[in-house]
Amino acid sequence: MEKAKAHIDYKNEVIRIRGLEKAFGDFKVLRGIDLDLYQGENLVVLGRSGSGKSVLIKIISGMLRPDKGTVTVLGKDVTKISDSELQELRIRIGFSFQNSALYDSMTVRKNLEFPLVRNAKHMTRKEINLATESVLDAVGLLHTINQMPVELSGGQRKRVGIARTLILKPEIMLYDEPTAGLDPITCIEINDLINEVQQRYNTSSIIITHDLTCAKSTGDRVAMLLDGKFQRVGSFDDVFKTQDERVKPFFDYNFIQ
Amino acid sequence: MDTTESPSTPVKKTRSNFVQRLANFFVSMTRINAFILRFFREAFMPPFEFKEVIRQCFEVGVRSFTLISLTGFIVGVIFTKQSRPSLASFGATSWLPSLVSIAILRALAPLVTALIASGKVGSSIGAELGSMRVTEQIDAMEVSGTKPFKYLVCTRVLATTLTIPILATYTAFIALLGGFLNVSVNEGTSYTSFMEEVFQPITFLDIVASLIKSIVFGFTIGIVGCYQGYYSNKGTEGVGKAANGAVVTAMFLVFIEEMLIVQIMGWFR
Repeated sequence: MEKAKAHIDYKNEVIRIRGLEKAFGDFKVLRGIDLDLYQGENLVVLGRSGSGKSVLIKIISGMLRPDKGTVTVLGKDVTKISDSELQELRIRIGFSFQNSALYDSMTVRKNLEFPLVRNAKHMTRKEINLATESVLDAVGLLHTINQMPVELSGGQRKRVGIARTLILKPEIMLYDEPTAGLDPITCIEINDLINEVQQRYNTSSIIITHDLTCAKSTGDRVAMLLDGKFQRVGSFDDVFKTQDERVKPFFDYNFIQ
Repeated sequence: MDTTESPSTPVKKTRSNFVQRLANFFVSMTRINAFILRFFREAFMPPFEFKEVIRQCFEVGVRSFTLISLTGFIVGVIFTKQSRPSLASFGATSWLPSLVSIAILRALAPLVTALIASGKVGSSIGAELGSMRVTEQIDAMEVSGTKPFKYLVCTRVLATTLTIPILATYTAFIALLGGFLNVSVNEGTSYTSFMEEVFQPITFLDIVASLIKSIVFGFTIGIVGCYQGYYSNKGTEGVGKAANGAVVTAMFLVFIEEMLIVQIMGWFR
């Protein structure tokens, strides 16, 4: 499906990162990252395995603390806010994990209800049921509501994982390798779902991937993370219109050339 | 050939290895203490996860019930059977119920329950949380605005702390039943006179000590299992290590605590 035109508000930065650095022991993963994500935008972060892409979104969601720099998410610096403020902020950020991270001891329904029951205490049982069913319907998996995660396929797990984050109506979505390990058809379905989420819920998203098809079909902007820094940022075509030996192999390897 | 290596290298290596291990030990102790403090800080602060605590209590009880029933009964029968010849040589088989009750209520019931729960419940908590850590389920809870420590750790530790004393009481009852059957078959003692003799030497302090022991054991099993699982991070190997570490550490600590509590209670007798 062709990506519909996104309504991006370039005056409204939902994420603003300046001079971000992070090291694990002697290994410097991020060496001064500057990044802006605008309201309604899908930003794809590309890079080799181990280049720090996932570290970046874990810092944005407050799961990791940076060594240096500022990370402002929805107006709050995640490096400086208290635990309770971080807790509140996290409700406004959806995080889709690489392996879906569904709670395997709970049914799909319970998985979806879990964040809702804990964060929206004013909701009645009827409202919770309605919200669960509607978000599951939005990802096309209403029929799996009473199944256990182990009974779902890889693509279905990804969709349920995305539905679980959407149930709290987040303003920002962070996707960690959304198409990793999926067949091409399911990849297309997931890419379409990411675009649909952007359109329907007006979310701003960071999509971490090394799948160029995903990057091209979902990204309004692409950022190439190399040697701990964003070396190229722009539209998909701008980023790959280069002879840079560190960037070219990404494109050359891919079938979409 | 490497000529730089001095003859004292193995000694130095052993010394640095020892220092490293010692450092690791103190780091682990600090982390465990921080983990325990965090439990007390979060467990008694709202919001409370009552439903999950009850569910976990049920899980702990169900997981160990069959094995505890069987083991408690066998312990009662065997202890009575093994004690008889020694007492018989003094012509004191009538003391058998008292001996059995002191041994079971003061020591065996809490200890046997704790050891079985370490194996069944501790390992299961370690493996479950370890697997949740490895598959990022704990991270998923964290980013969805839920406090995973409160939901996963506090509930499980509270459940083991509350349930192990109940299970220990049940074990004592079953073990005494085993002892009674053995005494009844061999000496023809009636149930009433057996029970009279069972409770005669038991003091209030014995019951309190036994209860305190079970609470301490339950807390230890829960906290060790949760600690091992919550901080497991080496893939499937880490899950196995967490389960194994939970059992071994909990059993070891249970014996140490048994020794210490017996010593402390001795001062009050």
